[in-house]
Amino acid sequence: MTLDNPAFIDELPLGSPSRIVRFRHSLWSRVLGRVGSGVVVLWAAVTLSFASLQIAPGNIVNLLVGDQLPTPEVEAAIRAEWGLDEPLIVQYLRYLWRILHGDFGRSYVLQSDVTSLILSQLWPTLKLTSAALVVAIVFAVTAAVLTAGRRWPRRLASAAELVLVSTPSFWLGIVLLFVFSFTLKLFPVAGDKNFSSLVLPALSLGLSLGAVVSQVLRQGLENALEEPFALTVRSWGCSDLTLRLRHCLRHASLPAVTLTGWLVGGLLSGAVITEQVFGRPGLGKVTVDAVLGKDLPVVLAVAIFSALIYVVLSTLVDLLYLFLDPRLRTRNR
Amino acid sequence: MTFQTSVSRKHRWHVLPLLLNNAGLIASFIFLVLVASVTISPDLLSSYDPIAADPIQAQLPPTYEHWFGTDHLGRDVFSRVLHGARYSLLIGVSAMLIAVVVGSLLGLLSGLARGFVDEIITRFLDVVSAFPDLLLALVLISFTGPGTFNLIFALGVASIPRFARVVRGQTFVVAESGYVEQAKTFGLSRTTLIWRHILPHAIEQVPILATIGLGTAIISAAGLSFLGMGPQPPTPEWGAMLSEGRNYLRNAWWIGVWPGLAITLTVISVSVVGRRWQAAFEGRRLV
Amino acid sequence: MNSPRPFLYIRNLTIRFPGPNGPTEVVRGLDLTVYPGESVALVGESGSGKSVTARALIGLAGTYADVKADVFEINGEDVLQYRERDWRRLRGSKIGFVLQDALVSLDPLRRIGQQLSDAFGERQDLPAKYDRSLDILQSVGIKDPERRLSQYPHQLSGGLRQRALIATAIAQQPSLVIADEPTTALDVTVQRQVLDLLKQRQRAGNTLLIISHDLSVVSQLADQVLVMRNGEVVEQGKTAEVLSGPSHPYTRQLLDAIPTASSRGYRLSPVALEHSDEISLIAPAAAPNVRIALPQKQIDAGRHVLVVDRLQKRYGRSTTGPLAVNNVSFELAAGEALGIVGESGSGKTTVAKMVLGLVDPDAGNVWINGQPWSRMDESQRRPHRAGIQLIAQDSLSSFDPRYNVEKLIGESLDAVGIFGDNRRRRVLEVLDAVRLGPTFLNRHPRELSGGQRQRVAIARAFAPRPQLLVADEPVSALDVSIQAQVLDLLAELQAEFGASLLFISHDLGVVHHLTDKVIVMKAGQVVESGDVEKVFAGPRHSYTQELLAARPSLN
Repeated sequence: MTLDNPAFIDELPLGSPSRIVRFRHSLWSRVLGRVGSGVVVLWAAVTLSFASLQIAPGNIVNLLVGDQLPTPEVEAAIRAEWGLDEPLIVQYLRYLWRILHGDFGRSYVLQSDVTSLILSQLWPTLKLTSAALVVAIVFAVTAAVLTAGRRWPRRLASAAELVLVSTPSFWLGIVLLFVFSFTLKLFPVAGDKNFSSLVLPALSLGLSLGAVVSQVLRQGLENALEEPFALTVRSWGCSDLTLRLRHCLRHASLPAVTLTGWLVGGLLSGAVITEQVFGRPGLGKVTVDAVLGKDLPVVLAVAIFSALIYVVLSTLVDLLYLFLDPRLRTRNR
Repeated sequence: MTFQTSVSRKHRWHVLPLLLNNAGLIASFIFLVLVASVTISPDLLSSYDPIAADPIQAQLPPTYEHWFGTDHLGRDVFSRVLHGARYSLLIGVSAMLIAVVVGSLLGLLSGLARGFVDEIITRFLDVVSAFPDLLLALVLISFTGPGTFNLIFALGVASIPRFARVVRGQTFVVAESGYVEQAKTFGLSRTTLIWRHILPHAIEQVPILATIGLGTAIISAAGLSFLGMGPQPPTPEWGAMLSEGRNYLRNAWWIGVWPGLAITLTVISVSVVGRRWQAAFEGRRLV
Repeated sequence: MNSPRPFLYIRNLTIRFPGPNGPTEVVRGLDLTVYPGESVALVGESGSGKSVTARALIGLAGTYADVKADVFEINGEDVLQYRERDWRRLRGSKIGFVLQDALVSLDPLRRIGQQLSDAFGERQDLPAKYDRSLDILQSVGIKDPERRLSQYPHQLSGGLRQRALIATAIAQQPSLVIADEPTTALDVTVQRQVLDLLKQRQRAGNTLLIISHDLSVVSQLADQVLVMRNGEVVEQGKTAEVLSGPSHPYTRQLLDAIPTASSRGYRLSPVALEHSDEISLIAPAAAPNVRIALPQKQIDAGRHVLVVDRLQKRYGRSTTGPLAVNNVSFELAAGEALGIVGESGSGKTTVAKMVLGLVDPDAGNVWINGQPWSRMDESQRRPHRAGIQLIAQDSLSSFDPRYNVEKLIGESLDAVGIFGDNRRRRVLEVLDAVRLGPTFLNRHPRELSGGQRQRVAIARAFAPRPQLLVADEPVSALDVSIQAQVLDLLAELQAEFGASLLFISHDLGVVHHLTDKVIVMKAGQVVESGDVEKVFAGPRHSYTQELLAARPSLN
């Protein structure tokens, strides 16, 4: 990297990797565009789940009742609910309309309304995932800021992260349970009664996710520390920690933000398993039972619901990007 | 930045010294070779039957006789862990193969065709990846029912978007690169450009990504079997063993600890090899 | 000047970095004395150790740097014993540091005001900082400081941004300002502003240490100059004396390598390149002002190889966006060299892409040998492409990393149907023409130095015997002595093969040295064109005049 020499850059230097020439529209049109494409993805996700019922072998009534044999009454109820006697397009529009109103239909395995089932189980899962998110972020930021660019701390942290990333969260949960609940008797074994019952599940779910984020964050920090501006900031007499926290962390969080989609997915899928390990109530337990019982209305509802969460969060984070990086906000340079 | 590094590099990159220079890498290699040989022939190291129950011998702690102890049905845990390697590894590898082959093809198609085809494929991938990997696999299993092959299929399909994205992006980068632009000025045909310059660079990272992805796939596979979606009992699969072990944690920790350790060590070894490979690859690419 | 105490007093400075084959010395036995009010320059090419030296002066040579010296005093204090805490006390308050391009040397995510506040250090309260910020911005010539404080670096123009960077360096009124390549990578007009500002500070009696590869910048700012090469000082003295009568052959070679009006028609590098690396070459000290003439070009003014007629191109794919290229016309005769000069964003590269047929114009035509090139289908163009070759600025990325030199050069012969033994012979022939031996055939791009890469790129461009060469900033990433060799090769081969040359550059000196005609572009339009000597001797358009005036020159 010889910057001793002028490397003048015209619009697109010939024979060098091209930069994307992007026209900067106004902030609002970007926001609208992002929200719009989120809506399209959601619509497609709903359509996909409708299509999966149509494509799957077997008739829809049999698919919807799971492993049991449908009684004539149940069959009639399903036919009425899904409008199975109508043309396909009407069925589809009806389905869209229902989902749009938050109605995910009825589970014929559990004999209950899917939407209220999900809502009733939402809170414990939300508690678990937010606690795990806090664990992940605290772990990632601390590990990254303290070890970036420092030879030995970095090696230690990398090794710890490698182990955490490679450890299945449910096994980590089992080990934590064995040590802290059965041997030391510090935390409850199962259930969701108070805060202390949240500690071990949140750790086992959050640590391995945090380890991945930490790796990305550290790489970003190290890149930022190598930037010319880091030298400028040091030449003002600022301390290393100031440089890291006030200047570089923000740069490092830009690439880390692109992990959000993955992180959300990791939290949701992880919650399914973690709830099982710790015997917690929640969406995860509902999902596992539904999958094993082939209770398709519930499974599809959970899938659409998690796609909704994914789309909303990643849209929000994308917009956050605009505020983190002022260069994206302005129309002209 | 102004530590002006000498640009000329006289040293060619060699694989061997790089491999030999690192203890962690060697250990990982040895471990993987061990796992691979156990996968091929688990009876090499243990003569106990992994399936047959013997209630009199139930829940024995690790001894000279039973290195890892016995489980709640009196089966030798060591023998079950050895036999389990076959399932966990094969599920992971097969799922990755599905994902790599289909994903790379989709990515190449998308990146080379551009325009309408690209738009359709990208949108489709966007939608599929809006469902978290594991959840997508669960949805597929709820249609097919649990089982080894259904698990492989579900996991493989759920990992397709990742590879398709990378290959598509790489295809774009290469197609816009200086050397492709330069090659255009030589008057080469588009087919020649694709075969000679775009394709090799677009897929050169895929094996590395697949290696790194294998670690994730093994963990996901174990997770799904832990939930009961994979091979059914009494099959000695690591995730399923953990699920059984969880219930006996109070009295017999060894049932749940050893299979987990096997997963972790395997995944660490795979990751170390994959990342080293990647680092070496990037070191080779960057001057 | 000997009565006051020197601000910097360094004897026998050595800086080592650990490497795989033992430590490497990047600076050896450097003596440096800077008195208050003095302006000193360290000059050298890449790898000379000048930048590491500058960083060592504020204790930022790097974590792994091993800095040793017999005497190392700053402001009378022995800094050899300094710990990080002591260095921090010194940075900003005693020594300010200005890096090149403020677009990357200021934190792009923080406002100017926040950064100035950081630069003041922790000692002052906020209201005081605000007032001082306004003062300091005004003192570097920023007109409306209130507004600038709330802006981000990318929102400022190049000149203002650079001034803001200097403002942060002088915020605590340090005794010494170190400017590391303060004008490199900037457009000429911005360079001028920065130079003027630094000159102004120097006249006002501020102490200045300039690090630069550019002798003309140094000649304008420094009282004393130290010429560095491979970590050692080869010559030092008063700037005027060193530049007018250099005693070391390396300094002589550096001075001769600068392309100017007077070097037209002559070689810039001292002797014909042998089959070897460029680094070892040093001219004998003798024969200082004897230039070797370049071969004469055969220009057939009646035959136009390239005619560009009222080209227009908008940015991106839009049909209403701003014009990147607006109504550009010129023609190029057989054997002639035409330069396109302009600052970044002037549209010169887009013109080149349209000439190469990589981008189709929105309006207007490119004619090559009387054929409507820009109107042809790609399949119609392909058979003719061998006649037009490109030499790119960043040759590394223009080489497929999997290919060796033989395949890289050979590929350009696919289209003219030269294969097998004939191809090998042709490749060796063009390699020989750029003074690279057969041992290079198996080398891969990353095993070549910057100069060697550019020579391979030139060899590749000449291999199919093109009629027209398009060179896009082919030397702007090279050190001046390497640039001299590459330019000499280009001129020689162009004359030998009788090719026409379209040469794109931001560097007026290079264009003046190399080309016969020139067009000056600004914001997509041609503002002036004509014979290079006429245009540069008597520019008519105000922009050309501005460019020429802004160009730093040796004086």
